[in-house]
Amino acid sequence: MKKSKLAGFALCAMALTTLTQCFTDKQNEGKRLYAQHCQSCHMDDGSGLRGLIPPIAKADYLQTHRDELACLIRQGADGPMVVNGITYNKEMPGVKTLRDDQITNLLNYIQTNFGNQNERYTMSEVKEMLEACPPHHE
Amino acid sequence: MNFNYKPLAAALIILTGLFGFSCQGGDSGKTLPILGSREPVERVVNGETIIDTVYHQVPDFAFINQDSQVISQETVKGKIYVTDFFFTTCPSICPKMKSQMLRVYEKYKDNPNVVLLSHTIDPAHDTVAVLKDYADRMNVRSDKWHFLTGNRDSIYDMALSYFVGVQEDEQAEGGFAHSGDFMLIDQNRHIRGHYHGTEQEDVDRLMQDMDLLLKEQQHEEK
Ligand code: HEC
Repeated sequence: MKKSKLAGFALCAMALTTLTQCFTDKQNEGKRLYAQHCQSCHMDDGSGLRGLIPPIAKADYLQTHRDELACLIRQGADGPMVVNGITYNKEMPGVKTLRDDQITNLLNYIQTNFGNQNERYTMSEVKEMLEACPPHHE
Repeated sequence: MNFNYKPLAAALIILTGLFGFSCQGGDSGKTLPILGSREPVERVVNGETIIDTVYHQVPDFAFINQDSQVISQETVKGKIYVTDFFFTTCPSICPKMKSQMLRVYEKYKDNPNVVLLSHTIDPAHDTVAVLKDYADRMNVRSDKWHFLTGNRDSIYDMALSYFVGVQEDEQAEGGFAHSGDFMLIDQNRHIRGHYHGTEQEDVDRLMQDMDLLLKEQQHEEK
């Protein structure tokens, strides 16, 4: 009796640590992916480049175009785009190599950092968005 | 017998610290070096041989800016300037360089003795119209910050004269490899400093050096 209780406790503790580890790892993954693929243009603090590259920090676009961001990361963007009242028009290259789960982590990272406190995404939500990406010509 | 070195070592460290500190002194007496090769040149005056030192000087140039104006050594005459090499479609280091150059622009935009020259290394794409759009979007004045295009070979030769590495490279992101250097040039077209244009602290150092150079210039005029 005592033994099984102990074992149960140990199991629980193990599960908890892996869970939290998993969670922090995933958080770090978003941060790592941002540094790797986005920071050179959108800057360390998400401020962008005046008039040329829109900010991530406190960008209204993250909320008003929430459902398009997964495809934007995979396919990139061009043409005019209005962010916080300023029109940008420059090409952003997509990152085709990112998996659905990585895009989810990256999106959650930008939605909850740089002063942003927006709604997070679930993995299945992002999967659905990516499946419905508009056809993209190279 | 056991000798205890510790206090001695500590005293030494403190002394070197103090010495190093006093050596650098205040900023008031500091002058910037002149970068590049120097050559002794002999000349004869009244039968006596005098040896002058000739420093590396940026050669004459002529490029076109975002307003289709010719920009040459005449434009920067009597002024100090900061120069760099970039291209508008560069995905890697250029946005950081430009956001740092914007800090320099903001600090000196009302100082008539300072000019900024950014050369494109992709003149085939970066035409006057493209550079105009780029500068206008950043909302910078074309009499202060010149975005230069022109003959490809002349631009690449110019980069060499400023000791900035540039080359076309299909392997590099965006098709060009180049360094993110900012070079500081004085009113005699001597190169006085080089800085990493992507690093905030180094660009802080650039602006300190610019202040020094502007002071030096004032002294010379007096
Ligand atoms: C080469 C520079 C560059 C890179 C790298 C880049 N972006 Fe962008 N990004 C842009 C530009 C330019 C736009 C505006 C596009 C337009 O004008 O159509 C933009 C727009 C955006 C927008 C929508 C507007 C806003 O700022 O809220 C988001 C979100 C975004 N990028 C996120 C990312 C993420 C995430 C990454 C990394 C996977 C990334 N970007 C990588 C240049 C870049």
